[in-house]
Parts: sequence; C-alpha cells; structure tokens
Amino acid sequence: MIRFLLKGLMRDRSRSLFPVLIAAAGALLTVFLYSWILGAMGDLIQSTAQFDTGHVKIMTRAYKELADQMPNDLALLGVDNLLEKVRDSEKEMVWAPRIRFAGLLDIPDEEGETRAQGPVMGVAVDLFSPRSPEIEILKLKNAIVRGNLPQEKNDILMSEEFASRLGVKIGETATLIGSTMNGAMAMHNFRVAGTIRFGITALDRGAMLADIQDVQDALDMADGASEIVGYSKDMLYGDKAMLEVTKKFNENFSREDDEFSPIMVALSQQNGLGEYINLADTIGSIIVSIFVFVMSIVIWNSGLINGIRRYGEIGVRLAMGEPKGSLYRWMVFESIITGFVGSALGTLLGLAGSYYLQFRGIDFSGVLQKSTILISSVIRARVTGWSYAIGFFPGLIASVVGTLFAGIGIYKRQTSQLFKELEV
Amino acid sequence: MKKILILGFLINASILYAQPPSGKEILKKIDNNFYAENRVSITSMIIKGRRATRTVTAKSWVQGMDRAFTEYLSPAREKGTKMLKIEDELWTWSPSTDRIIRIAGHMLRQSLMGSDVSYEDFMEDPELSNIYDAVVTGEETIDGRLCYVLDLTAKKEGVAYYFRKLWVDKERYIPLRQDWFAKGGKLLKTVTIHEVFKVDNRWYPKRMTFKDVLKKGEGTEFVIESIDFNTEIPEHIFPKASLRR
Repeated sequence: MIRFLLKGLMRDRSRSLFPVLIAAAGALLTVFLYSWILGAMGDLIQSTAQFDTGHVKIMTRAYKELADQMPNDLALLGVDNLLEKVRDSEKEMVWAPRIRFAGLLDIPDEEGETRAQGPVMGVAVDLFSPRSPEIEILKLKNAIVRGNLPQEKNDILMSEEFASRLGVKIGETATLIGSTMNGAMAMHNFRVAGTIRFGITALDRGAMLADIQDVQDALDMADGASEIVGYSKDMLYGDKAMLEVTKKFNENFSREDDEFSPIMVALSQQNGLGEYINLADTIGSIIVSIFVFVMSIVIWNSGLINGIRRYGEIGVRLAMGEPKGSLYRWMVFESIITGFVGSALGTLLGLAGSYYLQFRGIDFSGVLQKSTILISSVIRARVTGWSYAIGFFPGLIASVVGTLFAGIGIYKRQTSQLFKELEV
Repeated sequence: MKKILILGFLINASILYAQPPSGKEILKKIDNNFYAENRVSITSMIIKGRRATRTVTAKSWVQGMDRAFTEYLSPAREKGTKMLKIEDELWTWSPSTDRIIRIAGHMLRQSLMGSDVSYEDFMEDPELSNIYDAVVTGEETIDGRLCYVLDLTAKKEGVAYYFRKLWVDKERYIPLRQDWFAKGGKLLKTVTIHEVFKVDNRWYPKRMTFKDVLKKGEGTEFVIESIDFNTEIPEHIFPKASLRR
C-alpha cells in the first residue's frame, strides 16, 4: 500500500511537492530558531556564571544588597574557614573565593611618574592553589594573547584591548589605585605577566585579573573575599539542584539578624536571571506551539486547496464506490508521508545551519562596544537533542492534523449529487 | 523735651548697636578663626565604619591657601604615606609602591583614608568668604549656645557643596553645626563641632564629627591633638620631591 501511495505522490508532484516544501520550511525555521535562541541564552547564562554569578554565590547579607557597587567594606571575612565548611557540606561542587574591585590602573614612566592611566574593573581569583578550579572555569589558558599566566606574586593579567590602549608591555609595572576594605586609598604595584581576551566586551574594555592573595594584601582584606562562587562539577547549571543547595546552606549558616552573616543565592536568584532561565525553558514550547498551530492552518488550507483541485478525483473515487472512510485514511497516509519527508528535510537543513553557527558563531563585538553586560561578543547557536525533535515532530503532526481537518470535506460530499457534480 | 530727645537718641543708638552683623561679616570672623598664614598640626581621625573603628593620625604643614603637606603617622598600613597639595593639584606617595600619583578627576571625590571626608574637601579653599555669599536667616540655640543661622550660596559653579547652612556661635564665631548640600538641594554632609579651644587668641575646633549622609556608619571624628599657628615652615617641605623623602 505504501509503495502504491509513494508512486502516486512521486508521479503527481502537485500532491506532494507543496506539502513537503511547507513542512520542510517550517521545520527548518523551527530548528534553526530554537538552536539560535538556546545558544544566545545559554551563552549569556554561561558567561554570567563563569565571571559573575557562579552557579551559586555566597556573600554577606549587607554586600548582597549593594552587590553591583562592589562594596568591599561589607565583604566576607573568615573565608578560609567558610570555604572548608562548604567544601565539606557540598562535595559535588567546586568552590572558589573571589574579590571584585574597581579603581585606576596607572602605568609609570622611567621616573615613576604617570605615563598612562585608565579605569579598571578587577577580578581576583585563586590562581595558585592546587585545588583551585579557576584557571579551568575561566578558560584562562585559551584566553592568553601575549605573555603567560601569572607565575609569581603580584603578577596580573590585563585584557589585551586595555593593555594596548595603555601601551603596556609584558613585564611592566602597573600600579592599582583603589580603595581598601576600610575605604582608604590603596596603592599596589603589580607586574603585567600577560594579556588575555575575555571574549566579553565589558571585560575586554578594561579589566585585570590577579591572584586573590595579592589583592587581599593590596586592599587590606586579610582572609576576606567579596564572594565565594560555587559550580557543579559537570559545570552544567541545574536550577532545582542549586536552589536546594542554597536552601540547605542558608538554613545552616545564615542569620537574619546579622548583616555580615553569609547568605547564598543561586544563579537564578541574581540579576533577574531566574526570569531569563524560565524564558529559555518555555521558549522551545512556545515555538513548537506556534509552529504546530500556524502549520496546521497552512496545511489545512493547502489540504482544502488540494481538495478543490482534487475535487474531481475524489468525486470519481467516491462514485466508483470507494468508501469515504477509506478515502479519508488514504489522504491521512499521504500526509504522513509528505509530513515525514518534509519535516526530515527541514530538520536536516536546520541542523546543518545550526551546527555551522555553533562552530562559527556571529561576532557582535561591534554592536556590543558599549555593553556592560557579561555576554560573549561571539554568539553561537547550540544544538541539543531537542534540536533534532523540535522541528520534526511538530512538522509531521501539523501535516497530519491539517489533513485531518481538510479531509472532513469528503464526508460532506453527497453520493446522490456526485454524477451531477461530475457532469459539471 | 530735651530729656525725650536724649532718650530717643539712646534708644536709636541701642537699636543700631544691637543690629546683627551681616552674613559677610560673620563669614569673615569665622575665617579669622580658621585661616592662618602657617599652620602645623597633629590630628587624629577616628573613622567609625559599619564594622570597626580605626584611628589615623597625621601631621600637616599648611601654608596659606595653596600649599599643604600631610604625612600619616599611624596605623602601620598608612604610616609614611604622604600627600602634597599645591594650588589645585594633589599628589600622594606611598612607601609600598614608591610612586607619586596625582589625584585628579573623579578620584578627588573618593574618601580620604576611608573617612567621611573626601580629597575634594581636603582641597577646598579654607576661607569661606572667598567661595560663598551668606545671608543670616535667624538665630537658634545649639548645645546651649546661641547661634546665628546662615544660608550660604556658592559664588561660582563647580563648588563641591553649592549650598551650606551654618549655625555659628554668636560669641566665638565658630560654626557649631554645618549642613552641606548639592546644587539640587540634597544634603550630602554634616559637620558638628563638639569641643572648641582657644589658641593664639582665636577659637578653633578641638573635636568635630564629619558625617557623609550617603554612607552608613557613625561618621568620622577629627581631634586636633596639637596645633601651632604662624610658625615658620621650611621651604623644603613643599617641593614634589619631598614626598619621597
């Protein structure tokens, strides 16, 4: 029967080409759009987690209220002890203390006077401890443009763009002028060990990365840190699991009546990212729903047009005694075949485009020049298991549903009227 | 008739005599207390933060309005840090970096050693009558002392605090309380003098509190440990090279 159907479809292109093209176009668009949106959103979440929020983050309650101002006077103290506790408590996660700071980076001339100067956003991470995950988390080895990773005390990395702007050579001194934890002016000499490209416009414009112990010395923050970030070992963010970790930590370690007691927040509880994650989760289903709905209408419409075009054929078949149910089923089988072929074709084309953009990405650095959000300047698509199904099944279903609706017209044909209609 | 005329004259004279001084005159009298050609002082700054209280002591040499040199004496972290003001420019040097850094632009708004005082406050012209026009708006009692209430408005743009309100001790011409406002009318800082003392025939604050109202914490207390007016300040204090000495 299938061979018979296929023959019919192959020989009469007008019965197959249009439905196949529609299903293919719909599936292609769905797969591509879904993968692209997923990639862009995933990039934002991943970049934010890497450089800012972690999968979870511990701060003091007071720091949390003003976190975007980097108020290091409200930072965590007794960090070593707290780190031990969270490492014991959550063995399936990796933890790292960080200090965020801002100030001026001043490059001296031979006389020690200012040669170049610029505002800097700084991140201090644990670069030297053997158990520190930071070099992997921040992918520092891949990001080096000139020089090396810090090897010695007071070595820093600068963003390549910033270093070029200030005319800094590797090995030169750079003086950080900032504020200590007590709000006093801090001046500290560092050595530029290398330059890196963060791939995030806001950081590439003017950032430095230093070892946390050096910055603790510079900012008078002994055993202190702005925050402790935690990541699941597989580096995949699971909102439910992280919210559980957060709840457990806060029950055990956080006290509401002490503004300096630590409090943990999950990624989804920071910077409005919760809404973002919900959006990312629902966007797939929204796309599918819209696609199925629109495609159903389109295919239903194309079925009707086909029905009108095949009016004579269906009439003859009915007049020859073919039962309406059988005719209806044939049409549905045909739509399964055209839907399958069209959806498979569209999915293949959509996946090809998505894989290409996953590999190459699109560089938005020109557009993001003034951006302050932590998003990668190269946005890539992301192909997941869902990408294979998200266009295919809705395409198939829409084809069939459209035909199911359009085919109802068969039952409205009156056998007694057929010959009269056929005469016409 | 003669008696009535004399009485009338006396009443008029007493009314004239009781006329309060103008805002300008009051500012001049405050400046006479505060301003000196040369001043060498040792001060303690007690900075009351949200977490802890720190005391920073410093020795300052001030010459007129344009030249000031400060060396921090304690705590250990700040010891040896020096600051030099020459007219509108400010430099700082720290022994740990051996760098002379010019403080300019938005850095001037930063807190001085974590206190409620900014570098901009430090740079300010000490003579109020040079920067502000003053109007006496009334009289009030502060800490049991009768004060003139003065509203000050900056004479030109670009002043850190465009408006000020002063409660000036009527007898000693010391502003026992000051409110400093931005041009938009927002209160930025308050200064309260708790204790005054007389030195070289002038009244001077002994203990006062600066409070940046935009910051949490109890403010910064300034204590004058010692002060000498009109003592000779050697010339070698003020060249930029003296920062490294």
